[in-house]
Amino acid sequence: MARHSPSFYPEDDVVTIHIPATLRTYSGGRETVSVAGGSSLRQVFQRLDAECPGIIDRLTLDGDIHPAIAVFVNEEQISLGLIEPVPEDATIRLLPNVGGG
Amino acid sequence: MSDRIIIQATINGEEMEFLADERDSLLEALRERIGLTGTKECCNNGNCGACAVILDGRLVNSCCVMAAEVEGSQITTVEGLAQDGLTPLQQSFLEEAALQCGICTPGFLVSSTALLEKNPNPTEHEIRFWLSGNLCRCTGYDKIVRAVQSASQKMRGQ
Amino acid sequence: MVATKEKQFRVIGTRPIRHDGADKVTGRAQYGTDFRMTGMLFGRVKRSPHAHAIIKRIDASRALALHGVKAVITAADLPPPTVGGGGPGPGGGGGPQGARFQMENFMASKKALYIGHPVAAVCATDAHVAEDALALIDVEYEVLTPVLDVREAMAEGAPILHEDLRTRDASPLASEPPADKPTNVASHTQYKLGDIEKGFAEAEVILEREFTTSMFHQGYLEPTNGAAEWSKDGHLTLWNSSQGPHNFRTQLAQMFRIPLSKVTVVPMEIGGGFGGKLFMHVEPLAAVLAQKTGKAVKMIVTREEVFESGPTSGTYVRVKYGAKKDGTITAGQAYMAYEAGAFPGSPLSGGMNGVFGSYKIPNILIDGYDVVVNKPKSAAYRAPGTPAGTFAGESLLNEMAQRLDIDPMELRIKNAAKDGDDRPWGGKWGVIGNLQVMEAMKNHPHYTSELQGENRGRGVSMGYWSNAGGETSASASVNGDGTVQLVLGAVDVAGTRASTAMQLAETIGIAAEDIWPKVVDTDSVGFTLLTGGSRTTFASGWAAYELGMEIRKRMVERAARIWECDAAAVTYGDDGIIRGPNDSEGKERKLSFKEIAAQLGRTGGSIEVGANVNKQTVGPSFGGHIVDVEVDKDTGKVQILRYTAFQDAGRAIHPGYVESQIQGGAVQGIGMALTEDYYWGADGRMQNASFLDYRMPTALDVPMIDTVIIEVPNPGHPYGVRGVAEVCIVPPLAALQTAVAEATGIHFTQVPMSPRVILEALLKDGD
Repeated sequence: MARHSPSFYPEDDVVTIHIPATLRTYSGGRETVSVAGGSSLRQVFQRLDAECPGIIDRLTLDGDIHPAIAVFVNEEQISLGLIEPVPEDATIRLLPNVGGG
Repeated sequence: MSDRIIIQATINGEEMEFLADERDSLLEALRERIGLTGTKECCNNGNCGACAVILDGRLVNSCCVMAAEVEGSQITTVEGLAQDGLTPLQQSFLEEAALQCGICTPGFLVSSTALLEKNPNPTEHEIRFWLSGNLCRCTGYDKIVRAVQSASQKMRGQ
Repeated sequence: MVATKEKQFRVIGTRPIRHDGADKVTGRAQYGTDFRMTGMLFGRVKRSPHAHAIIKRIDASRALALHGVKAVITAADLPPPTVGGGGPGPGGGGGPQGARFQMENFMASKKALYIGHPVAAVCATDAHVAEDALALIDVEYEVLTPVLDVREAMAEGAPILHEDLRTRDASPLASEPPADKPTNVASHTQYKLGDIEKGFAEAEVILEREFTTSMFHQGYLEPTNGAAEWSKDGHLTLWNSSQGPHNFRTQLAQMFRIPLSKVTVVPMEIGGGFGGKLFMHVEPLAAVLAQKTGKAVKMIVTREEVFESGPTSGTYVRVKYGAKKDGTITAGQAYMAYEAGAFPGSPLSGGMNGVFGSYKIPNILIDGYDVVVNKPKSAAYRAPGTPAGTFAGESLLNEMAQRLDIDPMELRIKNAAKDGDDRPWGGKWGVIGNLQVMEAMKNHPHYTSELQGENRGRGVSMGYWSNAGGETSASASVNGDGTVQLVLGAVDVAGTRASTAMQLAETIGIAAEDIWPKVVDTDSVGFTLLTGGSRTTFASGWAAYELGMEIRKRMVERAARIWECDAAAVTYGDDGIIRGPNDSEGKERKLSFKEIAAQLGRTGGSIEVGANVNKQTVGPSFGGHIVDVEVDKDTGKVQILRYTAFQDAGRAIHPGYVESQIQGGAVQGIGMALTEDYYWGADGRMQNASFLDYRMPTALDVPMIDTVIIEVPNPGHPYGVRGVAEVCIVPPLAALQTAVAEATGIHFTQVPMSPRVILEALLKDGD
């Protein structure tokens, strides 16, 4: 999967985050929130928090992604945490981590 | 405080003399006092068969036998099954993939050895009935039964 | 990546003898409970006899006076909890109280929250003395009323376990806003797809039922264990059987505030885990006792105590389906309340994913609640949370099939989730084998054969498990005789030494027998995530593949040196033969792996390679079971006449062990469905805490389990591997529920459907 550097025309790079049903109080009920793309997931979360104040405290813990959340970028689970590069126009999903046995 | 006792017994063909606590079960004596850890402790009250040994020709759960009771006895543990390489049963367990974690395997091998000595050509039901005192949590028993069937065939020269 | 190439494999798909086999059939293998060291002390845990109580006072003076007793510890002797989230747990186990809850579960400081909750620990020179000492530790309690039922715990006025617990604490994705008052509901999570009202409005038939499942124990035969020793310069070594040495190392280093390099965890062989040994139980206590005494301390845990350690959650699940008469499911709704035990973190999401997981339903609403009760803190158990949720969803789906007069497999095929369909929790399915499994079931002689006879019935159920990837490390070195050492970070619970070695052997073109795989301690290999989640053959296999590809590259370079040609002119064949440019007489030059290995010394030295992989390109696994039963109307006993288990393995590396996993999981599910149970007294005591009365299936309780392995390769793995270990425990519950329903006419909505439960219902039905 290609990882692009931030677009030369930033307004062309729009990342869409699907907000889990139980966190839509932060998004005013919206199912998806679009923010300008960033080079890393951290940047995207920060931009999301600017739109939906307080949500970043639910998504992160001790400076990293909350261990109970699995983050999917373009339907693939990420492995680098907040430094994960985010491609242009990516879709992001936040799902509960499912523990194995 | 309980007393120490000296016990003399033949274990896996070898005459041994060892010190045990009078409160020790045979299982505890084997594992803690002699260092034969092949016989496993999984429930300590006779319900899982992992501690099975052959005592004077009888299949017993060694957690239900006191160490003091085996003075002068002959005991076979899993460590004593293989004489010249693996036995047909041990080999069959490996070929049939009849173990996963392997903790129940010593108990099953001792129990199956006792079964095939008594009944060299058991039916599937007879195998399951005999082995119902040995719990396995990993395999669902299917391949264990097949391993015993395969070994019994080999041992009957078929 | 070679994933979907349908080529002939040389090693994959064969059944070599496992490398650790001889040691396991001769009693030579050393398990965690076999650990011994000269001079070591034996430790035991003092546990609360009350399900809910304030600890007023602990007096250990009588115990310390006993000859042979070396130390007694209480919670005050444990290091303070670290800040932030706790260790791994189903449902995260995090939240602001995460680390504190984790420490409190290791040993209670203020409140005992379940019978079995550790309140103190002792060590002595002899195991018998340690046991005697337990009775001499005096603990004074103020007994409180316990709450033992999940719905009672959710109700207004229930006894509160944690004054500072608020709904949403245990899951960052839980709903807001929480009422600011104490509660036992640790989180509320929700999945929403489409419009549930619209879905039910479109339905022509609506069915709803409530289901309950008991707490179950993983039933690993080897008790939990741990032995610890500190060096004089503060280096901690832990020997135990666990599913995650590196994770334990991280937690112990954090706990004792020492560098990771000062902690060594040595994995012994493990006598079963199934998720229960993903978490520490007595290991921290061993470490504290060892620190206090300056000696090695080995903890002993009895079978009764094991039942009090980390079972899986009991549940209440209410399911509702809406469907058209032609069988199209228009709506699926579920309300799921899971008992986390004394601290938050039940495997709720496993249940929420599994309840409708195998289907494409346009309108879904699932509400999940994680609830604390005065029972042992739950731990993971094979596909955690999923058997309970699927029991409800699949049982009701079978009833819907009956109501619509549609064949149960036809109904499933009609609504089957396929590649690219929406998933209930968002996103889309990749390449999956769901439909292929359903088709295989529908066409199998077990399904097409007629079941004749009285009091007999047949049931089917599907199951789903996501599987997992994650960080895995391994290394390999080539010996001068062409054999290869393989060093593994992932603990082998069931045969993954073999499956990993086979994947390396396949990659470099040698025999699996020429590889010696070894699971090593945390000093000797890089960080490797827990062995669980059905990730090991997938993730270790990826590491083996990368090791193999690097070895191929370096062997090519050596051959090029030997032939004094350009490396680009040398090819490495999948058959382990390396071919070079023709010689001066026009003859093809070739060397075997062994032949090049013999020349390593003079062509540059040893070849040793490492791999650290972190792959998330996991392939989920779908499975389905068919069961025929006969119910004895006089005793309520269910006899299984025939059992067939179908599963998509992606690619079965060692078919023998894949079959065995499927059979083992199926039998655990059968145990949940028919005989296993926690019988609770009103005081919160488990009254059947032995293998006699916690009735796991024996060899006499089950027939041969026929297995059908389907292979829809996972494109995210070089050999197409999907995890196999967990999905197999998911289908048995509903399959048996439906078979028993056909045999008796009664739709049981609880498991276990024990003989007593069935007999009572039959007698009542007969009135």
